[in-house]
Amino acid sequence: MPMTTHERPLSPHLQIYKVELPMLLSGLHRITGIALSVGSILLVAWISSAVYSAEAFASMNRFLGGYIGQFVLFGWTFSLIYHSVSGVRHLIWDTGRLLEVRQIYSSSKIVLTIAIVLTLLAWILAGGFPGGGA
Amino acid sequence: MKYEYRTPLSIARGLGSSKDGLGHWWMQRLTSIALVPLVLWFVVSIIALAGQDRGHVLTWLQSPIHGVVLSLFLITALYHANLGLQAIFEDYIQARWLQLSSRIAADFAAVFLGFAGVFALLRLAIGG
Repeated sequence: MPMTTHERPLSPHLQIYKVELPMLLSGLHRITGIALSVGSILLVAWISSAVYSAEAFASMNRFLGGYIGQFVLFGWTFSLIYHSVSGVRHLIWDTGRLLEVRQIYSSSKIVLTIAIVLTLLAWILAGGFPGGGA
Repeated sequence: MKYEYRTPLSIARGLGSSKDGLGHWWMQRLTSIALVPLVLWFVVSIIALAGQDRGHVLTWLQSPIHGVVLSLFLITALYHANLGLQAIFEDYIQARWLQLSSRIAADFAAVFLGFAGVFALLRLAIGG
């Protein structure tokens, strides 16, 4: 016997809401997660190139030192740091803390600020600014 | 007397729960917790390695502690990434065949990358 499901009203979709920081950061958590998943290929390629051949390692470094490479590396650094800081907030949420609306807004600003500051700090310490010495 | 909490329709459909949802949730948290110190260590290490020549990088990779922790980071990160990708596929891909194919591709990619990375590190550590 076929089971019919009635047409039910759909919940309001994304474009109905005003864009707010917590909502952007939620999306950013997923996007940086996807970027890092793809970026894991880069990490394995970098390790392998170092281990197996001097030429491969040299061309890897040439790529990473170029405009595209530096852009990818910077995005990768930000993704790793942002996703980690935001991930810690998720772990805190899992304990039932910081779940008041007011706290969600304030912690969003804190998470974004920490992520940006740490990303810039990591690049300054690594000597990545300016011109990309790596 | 045994109480049945599920509705007759739910029993007839026989779809059950999300099957292994709890395991997925738990492993995502477990890998997250492990990744907090691992990512810190990784970022500090990469800062120290940036701009160094191959000899320096190889010496660093060859150290047992770095080799072991880097392997742990790689495996844990790939496992965590795989769980995250699975959730994303389930959320955004409607067609069942495409959702399943994506999951299989992500599984294969994660296992391949994990083996390739750890193999390279072992090769370096053991020599050959």
